[in-house]
Amino acid sequence: MSETISPAERLKTQVELLPILVRAANVAGLAIVILVLVTIVASLAPGFLSPFNLFTLTRNLAIDTVIGFAMMVVLATGGMNLAVGSIGVCSIMFTGYLLEGLGLPIIVSILGGLAVGAILGWLNGILVVRTGIHSFVITLATASLYFGAMLILTHAEAFRELPDAFNALGKARYGSYSALLLVTFVVGASLFVLFKYSLIGRQILAAGANPVAAKLSGTPVDRVIVIAHMLSGLCAGVAGVMVTARLAAALPSVGQDWLLPSFLAPLLGGTLLSGGVVSVVGTFLGAVLVTVLQNGLVLLEVGSFWVQFFLGLTLLVAVALDRWRSVYVQRAGLKR
Amino acid sequence: MTWSHVSRYLIRAEWAPLAGITLFSIVALSLIAPAFLTEYNLFVMLRILSVTSIFALAQMVVIAVGQMNLAVGAIGGLVAILFGGMMEVYGVPVPLAMLIGAAVGILTGWLNGAIIAYSGINGFVVTLAMLSVYTGLNYGITESIPFYNMPQVLLDTYDGKIGPVPNILVIPLVAAALVGLFLFRTRAGRYILATGGNPSAAALSGISIRRSVILAHTVSGALAGFAGMVAVARLGTAEPTIGVDWLLPSFAAPVIGGAILSGGRVSVIGTMVAVVLIVLLENGLLLARTDPYYVQFFLGVLILAAVMFNRWRAVSAEKVTAARETAS
Repeated sequence: MSETISPAERLKTQVELLPILVRAANVAGLAIVILVLVTIVASLAPGFLSPFNLFTLTRNLAIDTVIGFAMMVVLATGGMNLAVGSIGVCSIMFTGYLLEGLGLPIIVSILGGLAVGAILGWLNGILVVRTGIHSFVITLATASLYFGAMLILTHAEAFRELPDAFNALGKARYGSYSALLLVTFVVGASLFVLFKYSLIGRQILAAGANPVAAKLSGTPVDRVIVIAHMLSGLCAGVAGVMVTARLAAALPSVGQDWLLPSFLAPLLGGTLLSGGVVSVVGTFLGAVLVTVLQNGLVLLEVGSFWVQFFLGLTLLVAVALDRWRSVYVQRAGLKR
Repeated sequence: MTWSHVSRYLIRAEWAPLAGITLFSIVALSLIAPAFLTEYNLFVMLRILSVTSIFALAQMVVIAVGQMNLAVGAIGGLVAILFGGMMEVYGVPVPLAMLIGAAVGILTGWLNGAIIAYSGINGFVVTLAMLSVYTGLNYGITESIPFYNMPQVLLDTYDGKIGPVPNILVIPLVAAALVGLFLFRTRAGRYILATGGNPSAAALSGISIRRSVILAHTVSGALAGFAGMVAVARLGTAEPTIGVDWLLPSFAAPVIGGAILSGGRVSVIGTMVAVVLIVLLENGLLLARTDPYYVQFFLGVLILAAVMFNRWRAVSAEKVTAARETAS
């Protein structure tokens, strides 16, 4: 069964079973590819299944998935958020400032970091809706703006004296897995419920699938786009706080390289750039594929320099296969 | 053509407000900062401009066809290290190395376009993937180590002059003129603009969308590769990191210059003026001895302000036309 969510699903008829099957095949196909990859890597590199490696791998996975969610939420509206990394680093530095500069309690600092993410995302949304300019251009500009403002305010100085109790969060483990995965699962489950069962989630998807139709049928398109950008900023903030805990420091250099991973996970998982379709489980599996591939290439001593090359090829092959399959299924469907 | 014709054209031109702001910045900077108009500072700016303007044009051509090329910087970097590597390791003469570099740029751009046109996958995703592929190739080949020994001929030519005009000014001017002629005065170029403006209408009037998309990406790749080679000449080393920071300015310049991302409308002069404005911004902040961080911030402000202004002008122009139509 597919968990891919699209607005049309409520009007399920026999004809519309087909696209659902197509997407189920996408998630299942991804799972099979991951299983094959894990088997290959585990048999060639015995270190892969060691507790230490599993811990690092799941910790990276936890963070990369949430970064992917941050992009997925805006992709649902048919837009993009190039500022995911910049919002993330703003959250990181603000959390660091609250913890070290002001000495506030951990929970307050974390909430502060998340709030910064949500506010910056909200600002993106407001700018997109009010100006009517494509979110690509707006978030390209705000990415530069937020990052520059953060550098001006912090003078690019890191916070390295964070409380031990906070740093322990990054080291926390459940068996040989990172406990940060729990955070990821909570975020993922919330997004799943949001898009599958809540009015706002359905409205976001409707606005992404066909903004004109959505508006005519009473969806407050502008408002839900702002909400989607806010959620995206919030996810970027969650990822930022997780990175801070992992590094046990708030570094201003983080986030600059989030662009590729933020697109990789949702696109591999079957989320469409054109909007209206998201897949929470797919995004998670996409992040698993990327993390295992990165980790495996390093363990197999292919050389970390070639990792980027293979990531690019993977994205291309995955998207091409997906495209080929949907075209094939469509043709098969037409013939019947 | 009389003087009044020229002045009327200048005032009506889309890029006129932008050029006004740029001129104002130049005057203001030369009044405030005495170091601005020194020959040394002008040369520093021109050297930056010679690279930025070319990769901005590379992005502009793809915007014209209604797509994006996220791989502009990756192609530039790959061509740069191949160009440098050929000359340092194999002693390939400069002109031959440039030819091969250009061929690689054309090939990578063509590959982008061909994958997009024949697979039907969104150009954004394809060029994102190819960005990763080309960057990976670059790092795999160089292992992040630059080629340091560039032939003196290359550096001398770059800093040389044609008559009284320095080559670093000739390069962007010639590139802009060629791109302008190509887009607006050749059939293939007009087809690219038509495809970007309205793909269905273009297809119905017999234009091959596939061919236009592939051609736009090929030209973009060629320009990106050329920008990479100019960057090598500018830096005196072939660094693997060339192109890493091109993404933002490559979009900023055409967009500030009035290009519409959905395609069909770009301005060569607007893009070039925007590049000058971006370089002025960096240089002005540098002369004002502010933190280098301010550049990022103000570049973001500049893009936002420019796109909002362009948007406002387009909307008010529509209103005027609508008002006239109802009146008549």
